[in-house]
Order: sequence, then C-alpha cells, then structure tokens
Amino acid sequence: MGIPSLVAMLIAAVVAVVALAASDQNAVFIPGLLEGLWLTLRITAVGCIVAVVMATLAALGTLYGPKPVRWLAVVYIEFFRGTSALVQLFWAFFVLPDFNINLDAFTVAVITLGLNVGAYGAEVMRGAIQGVTRGQWEATTALNMTRPQALRRIILPQALVAMIPPWGNLFIDLLKSTALVSTITMSDLTFKARTMNDATLKTLTIFTLALLMYLVVSLSITIAMRWLERRVTRGMARGRA
Amino acid sequence: MNPAAQPAPDPSMRAPMVRFQGVTKRYGALTVLDDLNLEIGRGEKVAIIGPSGSGKTTVLRMLMTLERIDGGVIWVDGEPLTHVEKSGAMAPADPKHLRRVRSKIGMVFQHFNLFPHMNALANCMEAPITVLGIPKREAEERAAGLLDMVGLADKKGHYPSQLSGGQQQRVAIARALAMRPKVMLFDEVTSALDPELCGEVLQVIRKLGSEHDLTMLMVTHQMGFAKEFADRVCFFYQGKICEQGEPRQLFSAPSNDRTKQFLRAVMDSV
Amino acid sequence: MDESTPIWNWAYTVEILPALAKATIVTIEVTFLSFFIAAILGLVLAILRMSGPVVGWFASAFVELVRSTPLLIQIFFIYFVLPRFGITLDAFTAGIIALSLHYGCYCSEVYRAGLEAVPRGQWEACTALNLNSWNTFKNIILPQAIPPIVPALGNYLVALFKDTPLLSAIAVLELVQTAKILGSENFRYTEPMTLVGVIFLVLSLISSAGIRWLERRLNLRSVR
Repeated sequence: MGIPSLVAMLIAAVVAVVALAASDQNAVFIPGLLEGLWLTLRITAVGCIVAVVMATLAALGTLYGPKPVRWLAVVYIEFFRGTSALVQLFWAFFVLPDFNINLDAFTVAVITLGLNVGAYGAEVMRGAIQGVTRGQWEATTALNMTRPQALRRIILPQALVAMIPPWGNLFIDLLKSTALVSTITMSDLTFKARTMNDATLKTLTIFTLALLMYLVVSLSITIAMRWLERRVTRGMARGRA
Repeated sequence: MNPAAQPAPDPSMRAPMVRFQGVTKRYGALTVLDDLNLEIGRGEKVAIIGPSGSGKTTVLRMLMTLERIDGGVIWVDGEPLTHVEKSGAMAPADPKHLRRVRSKIGMVFQHFNLFPHMNALANCMEAPITVLGIPKREAEERAAGLLDMVGLADKKGHYPSQLSGGQQQRVAIARALAMRPKVMLFDEVTSALDPELCGEVLQVIRKLGSEHDLTMLMVTHQMGFAKEFADRVCFFYQGKICEQGEPRQLFSAPSNDRTKQFLRAVMDSV
Repeated sequence: MDESTPIWNWAYTVEILPALAKATIVTIEVTFLSFFIAAILGLVLAILRMSGPVVGWFASAFVELVRSTPLLIQIFFIYFVLPRFGITLDAFTAGIIALSLHYGCYCSEVYRAGLEAVPRGQWEACTALNLNSWNTFKNIILPQAIPPIVPALGNYLVALFKDTPLLSAIAVLELVQTAKILGSENFRYTEPMTLVGVIFLVLSLISSAGIRWLERRLNLRSVR
C-alpha cells in the first residue's frame, strides 16, 4: 500500500479510537489501556535496540569473523529462528529461576524478544550486504581502499538502504510479539485488555480498542520507515546504478 | 585524423612500466591465460583485442589484483606486484606491499561501478580523502578540476542515477585519475554504452593520451579508435598473444590467419 | 541450587514423554489444518485484491489490519468476541480459525508477489500468440509463478507451526500448554520446557531443510 493509503488508515484508526472513547461507558477503559500501551511501547523500543545490535554483531560475524565467531553467530541465528518466541520467553521466564538466575520480567522480555528478532535481522543484514553488487567491491579495490574502508564508506551505506523495508517489518514483528509478555503476567496492552475483559465482559469494545491501538503504532512504524527510505534514497536510484 | 600521439618509447631505455612474466591463470580445469609474457613501456598506449574468452579482460583484472594469478610474476614500475623478493626467490607479498604497488594502477570498468549514494564530486573525492589522507578542501579542488577536464563541470552535484551512461563513464575516469595513477586500465569502457555516447568517452581518453604521460592499457572492441590511438595492438586468442604490432600494420596486413578471421568478423558487424 | 536438585532429572523426563507426545500430535494437527485453510483463504484474498478498486482496497486494508496486529489479540478476539454474536467455539476451533485468518493474509501476499514476479513480457507474448486467458494462465503464467510461491508458503507453514504456542493462552492442549501444566503440577519446569524447545527446534529444522530441498527441485525446472 502506498503512503497515502497507510496514512488514511492511520487517521481512520485514530478517529475510531477517539469515537469509541467518546462515550462515557467506554472512556473508563482508556487510562488502563493507555498504561498497558506505554509498557508495550517501552518493551518494543528497548527490544528493537537489542535486536539491531545483535543482528549487526551476528551478520558481521557470519560474514567476516574468524571461524569460532562465525560458528557462534550461526548457532545463535539458527537457534532463535528455529524456536518460537513464546517458547523462548517461557523458557527464560520459567526455567532460569530453577538455575537461580532471577531477572525481572521486563529484562527477560526485552532480551528474549530482542535476541529473537535480532536473529531474523541478522539474515536481513547479511542478505543486504551480500546484495551490494560485486562491481562496487571491485571499484574500491581499483581505488586501493582497504576492506574496512570499503565496508564503512561504500558497502554498508548501500546495504543500509536495502535494509530499511525488511527492518520495518521486523520492528512490527517485535511490536506484535510484545503481546506475548501478557502470558508471563506483565501488564502490557494485551494483559490490560484481558483483565478488563474478565472484569467487565465488555469484550467487543475492549478488544477493538486494543486492536486499534496496536494498529496505530504499527502503521506509524510502517509510515516512518517508508519516509526514511524515501529520504535516504533521494538522488540514488533504487536497484542498480 | 591522426592526433599527435606520444612517440613509442624505447623499452630498452628503462624498466618497462608493466611486465607480465610467465603469467598463468586457471579457472578449475580451464586455462584462461597461458604463460603470458608481455611488456608495456612507460607512456605506451596498448590496445588489447580478441574474441570473448580469449583472456583479454583477465589480463587487466589480474593487474588490478581483482583476480589471483596461478603462476608467474607481474612487475609494476620495476617492482613485483603480488610477490616480494626474499633471499633470491619470490614469496607472496604482504598486504602492505601489495597496496603500495597497486596504488600506481587505476581502472575504469565496463559498468562504471560509480558509488550510487554519492554525487559525482563525492565519488571523485572519496578515495583521495579516505585512502591518501588528503584534506577535504584539496581533494575537492582536485576532483572539481578533473570533472572539468572530462567536461562535466556542471554535473558535479548530480548523482549517478541522474547521469547518462557516457557521463557516468566520464565520472568514472575522473574518479580513477584522482588517485594519480601511473597506469590506467580501461576494461571495455564503451561496451555498455549506447553508440552515440561512445564518442564523448573516447574523446576524453584521447585527451588523456595526448596531454598526460600515462601508461594506458585498454581492452576494446572499438577497432577504429584502437587504430588511431594505440601505439601497439595485441590480439589475444585462447589465452595467448596471437599477434601484436603497430596498429596500422596489424589492421591492414595481419600476418596470422586467426587475426585475419577475427578482423573480418568484426568488420562484418559494422 | 542445593546438591539434591540435579540439573536434569532423567526419570522425570521419561515420565512426561507420553504427555508431550500427545501434545506434539495436537500441535501438528493444528498446524496442518490451519495452514490448509490459510492457503485457500490466501488465494481468495489475493483474487479479491485484484478485483476492482473498491473491493481491492478493502481486501488490502483487511490484510494490512491482520498483519499489523498481534496474533494473540486476534485469537482473543475470535475466542471471546464471537460468543457475543452467538457463535460459541471451543478453544481448538477458535485457535484454528484465528491462525487461518492470520496466515491467510500472509499467504495472499505470497500469491500476489509470485504472480507479479512473472515478467510482463510473458503475458505480452501470450497475447501476441493469441492464447486465451485461461490457457495463458494455466500453461504459461502459473508454472512460472509456482516455483517462488511454494518455498515461501513453506516458510509460512513453519512460522505457523512456531506460532501454535499462542493457543496456550486459550488453553488448547498443545505443546507449550502441556509443558506449563506438567511444570506446575510437578513444581519443575526445566525438563518439560526444554524438551518442548528441543521438539520445536528439531521439527522446524527438518521442515526448513525440506523446504530448501523442494526449492532446489523446483528451480531446476524453471528457467530463471
């Protein structure tokens, strides 16, 4: 969908939330849901940072690291992509205390989800770096650049551009996976929705509001990434020069 | 139509600028270059022609260290390129030595390979700043001067995607020259261009040849250009130099049958 | 940990294996049922998206809505909201419907991308040879669209499989839910949770390898 369509959807969603919240009986849910949303946003933000860091380390590790580093990176990537986020979350939450590792739920959530999305991100980065055409590498050789210089000045900037759309999807995946923390009793948006539902049984309203709030955040991320992509590629043509 | 080319230098006076000594290159079972011996004198302009698969592009790519050589030694300006002399024998060179010798060589590619995320000026400034450590202002002046020389003074701020093929190739030439190489390699630089854009690129190369003391090695299909510009033409066939000599003589009266065949086929396509 | 609690209790492991085996079957059932429906639903959605500006826009908006919101909320929606409209479903069915809807949207993307990847020139060549639309589609376009579609669908099958644990939130007796129950009954989560992790890892690695094999076999026949 083009940016205008997305913005239209975003506005429609915000309007829907406001409209639903306008009636008195519904307005009472809003503070609780917003509180949950705030936690969701915090987990998403910190989780994304962890994901990007891990993805960068793993990608560079698999591409240019010495053998043991490369092996470690591959194991990390295959393991976290091969198991589901919920299993990882549960394992970290339920099993670690058995080994006397007691972390607060926020840390567990952020690290687990960050590592999970980071593994997918590593593949995205690796693909983007390898996708930079060979001719660019050859041009850097012809200009007598060292490999680190070539990576830093020529290859990575181009890879970065190719990465933006897939990373946008991954950030949204992380947002969606934050809902899982409601199953380890963290008071995120989903948890709040569930508890309010259990208390008042105004199911349709509550879940619709929660759904709309997720939609607003998700569309905002998508629009922001599309805008970022447009800004970074001004002048540059996408694809081969 | 004969520009005043530099007189062909006498190779016996000084060490040749580039020397391929017994160079061999294999891809698996296929021998692409077989015991190549070729000397290029200082300031000499050599055109390499031949059918595809004859190894002509590989010659340039090995000189630019884009390919490894499987046998023999390449000498640049009196020094071995990919080897060092250690107690009388040739040992593989360390990266520092390789880069030092390689810095004397520049290359222009068939598909330009300009950096798409930088404008023309930045393309030409990047390597002098990053590799040579030249201060930004000086690099900018140098780049601007070179872009001026190739006739693109007004396109300095343009990105490669905003330039035509001929313009991009001229930027690529300026970019290579910014590193002040002693040897310039041209790998079929007009093959990817629309016919009407070849002229502007060839004109720049002609200008380079007459105004600068550069050693130039070019793989080309432009027979007309090779004839009037080159000091020497080498015809490659199946990994060996089949015939070489002065362009006027080789083009009008080739002595080898295969050369005759090739030239006839090329002329037929014109 | 004191000396009496070992790192791994093998007796306990053997004890819980039958329950986990049953749960694995439930997980696999859910996976294949949901995916089957999702694959068909995806086709329907893809066709809707290509039929006319209004219908197309709404279909696209629906797909965007489902892809942008957490699967967990969608599961809750189906399980808790539908009863308000008189449709009461058991957790198993609700879970399958939610998974099918969610992954149906992803599948529609796959079909769309696969069809768009066939070069325009192929359609034009068919017009030039005067083939009718049905034959064009069946003999020329579809065979070229399928090779990239199959592995992409396969990847979503694996993704769906890895999302089945979300059904534990509505108490479907799949692997994770079973592990949670076993863990809380015996006050020990390490063995059940780790085994569940291993089962998921092994099954998804096997499936991914299978998909890569399938991809290679399909690519041998297509000319890309």
